[in-house]
Amino acid sequence: METILQLLDLTVRSAVPLLLACLAGLYSERSGIVDIGLEGKMLGGAFAAAAAAAVTGSVWLGLLAGIFVSVLLALVHGFASITNKGNQIVSGVAINFIAAGAAALLGNAWFNQGGRTPQLQSEQRFNPIELPLAETLSSVPVLGPTYQQLISGHNLIAYFAFAMVPITWWVLFRTRFGLRLRAVGENPAAVDTAGISVSWARYRAVICCGILCGIAGAYLSIGVSAGFVKDMTAGRGFIALAALIFAKWRPVSAMWACLLFGFLGAIEIRYQGVALPVLGVVPVQLMQALPYILTVVLLAGFIGKAIPPRAGGVPYTKER
Amino acid sequence: MNNALPRWVDYGLMPLISVIVAFVISGLVVLFVGESPVQAALLMAKGAFGSGYNIGFTLFYATTFIFTGLAVAVAFHAGLFNIGGEGQAYVGGLGVALVCLSLDSVFPWWITFPFAIIAGALFGALWAFIPAILQAKRGSHIVITTIMFNFIASALMVYLLAGPLQKSANLGPRSRDFAEGGQIPKLGGLFRPLGIDMGASPLNVSFALALIMALVVWIIIWRTRFGYEMRTLGISPRAARYAGMSEVRLVVLAMMLSGALAGMMALNPVMGDQARLQLDFVEGAGFVGIAVALMGRSHPAGIVPAAILFGGLYQGGSELAFDMPNITRDMIVLIQGLVILFAGAMGSLFTPAIVRLLTGVGVMPK
Repeated sequence: METILQLLDLTVRSAVPLLLACLAGLYSERSGIVDIGLEGKMLGGAFAAAAAAAVTGSVWLGLLAGIFVSVLLALVHGFASITNKGNQIVSGVAINFIAAGAAALLGNAWFNQGGRTPQLQSEQRFNPIELPLAETLSSVPVLGPTYQQLISGHNLIAYFAFAMVPITWWVLFRTRFGLRLRAVGENPAAVDTAGISVSWARYRAVICCGILCGIAGAYLSIGVSAGFVKDMTAGRGFIALAALIFAKWRPVSAMWACLLFGFLGAIEIRYQGVALPVLGVVPVQLMQALPYILTVVLLAGFIGKAIPPRAGGVPYTKER
Repeated sequence: MNNALPRWVDYGLMPLISVIVAFVISGLVVLFVGESPVQAALLMAKGAFGSGYNIGFTLFYATTFIFTGLAVAVAFHAGLFNIGGEGQAYVGGLGVALVCLSLDSVFPWWITFPFAIIAGALFGALWAFIPAILQAKRGSHIVITTIMFNFIASALMVYLLAGPLQKSANLGPRSRDFAEGGQIPKLGGLFRPLGIDMGASPLNVSFALALIMALVVWIIIWRTRFGYEMRTLGISPRAARYAGMSEVRLVVLAMMLSGALAGMMALNPVMGDQARLQLDFVEGAGFVGIAVALMGRSHPAGIVPAAILFGGLYQGGSELAFDMPNITRDMIVLIQGLVILFAGAMGSLFTPAIVRLLTGVGVMPK
């Protein structure tokens, strides 16, 4: 029981940044803007959040700075792919390098710690929140410890991430904004005919993507860690992208996909070099590669078929 | 509108403008961290081309980037975006190393080298084959699958280097050092008669191979039937289908050629410099290839100078980091990203202004 709870707790922790980045990608890709720059935006957001929190001493200003930088990068991607009708993949690759290079360069120049930001104090971070009655109920069998260890004790951003799942579903499938967002991703010409600006709808989607990526970055640098370390996103943006495909661009499935990939991450951390029943000792590298392998298998159409939004990656040109 | 531009503008001026814009923005960042951009640029140029030794290093890096740039360019011509150069080069290194580890103490380098070339190319091509066949047969997006394969390659190589291929745990994850037969000669001696002393710089025979491959790629793309079909597929898949070309065959062959070129990159660091297989020897060169191919407009004649420019940036950047501790080598990653952005994704940003300018001075007809 204890081990299972620890494993699940670790799963949730690993899943939160993936989930935020995955939902971020969901907004963008549903509107027809393919985004492989999630990694870069997260990294930029993580750096800005930690740098601002260290300088101002305020966790909220840190979060705002993270969101601001991430949205800025998202707007560059938007400008290149919406206004300039450029190649969205190329632009995404560029964003990843610009963020990685600038964060390391500025971090080193400002703080002189080899690209790190200074160690943050407790009040400069998002700390675990003890939910009400967690202590009191801990004696209740099964449910008590589950509530205390698994549900309670995460930071604010973690709860926000899971709250964003139903919110994203509601926004995309129950509001006019969401309908238009999905429509420009499937058939922009029809939206244009209805007299609605395709560019503006896509820009708004890209901004939503930037906001969520910034929060994901902040979770890493001022949530679970006490500062920014060079390349701290470590490919999470790409795992989020994989999860997005795995979830077939749907919010609730996205949560399950991120929890699955988070679970793989948790097993990797928890069971390094431990012999598992039936399987024996699984090389840790296999666990690391598993999300990517699963995604390739899915893309190959062996477990269901992932069909992306129809207008994804195609710049919209008004007919004359 | 792009088609209306004269060729020298499209192939010469436009890439130049994007590099200048990238430099100007990077210069602003340098200014922002409190250093002089002019001073930094001078230090960088000196670090890249200031002495024979530095030129040797610049060309050593350029060798790597010619291979990866050509790899990206070949795929571009077939309308494919191969982001997997990084993984293909990494796995190509495995092929090179396996040949060296088994032949190095038996044969001299000039027997080992051809086998290593074939093995590197083959391993790289095989790593590109799976994404290619999945794209061609099942429509899985090649950009995503090649990204995934980069991570899978990285995990695989860590597993091999920390396991079966590791010599001893004390030295960390790397193979044993190759004997004489697994090391290719340096080229420094060739330049000595010209009065250039390259000292101990790692420039080696694979530089010549890279130049030969640039020529081979040019011949394949513009002088063979396969190249013609590939370009047709890249420009108009419908036309290719209508003309009865096999899309599956073209996609698979183009990607395997691309992967082979990326795999051959491994010869330069593995056989030419480190003389062993070690962790992360690719060091992002697969991604630099994207910038090089975009800047070189996917033409070998553009890719070679673009690769030398990036080689200079890498070498100059590490020298710069010595003199200006505030500016680390991460600066290059930023410049690389900006070049990709302006030469690749925002290529049309400056076109209207250029067209207006050129028609204004009468170079272009209205």
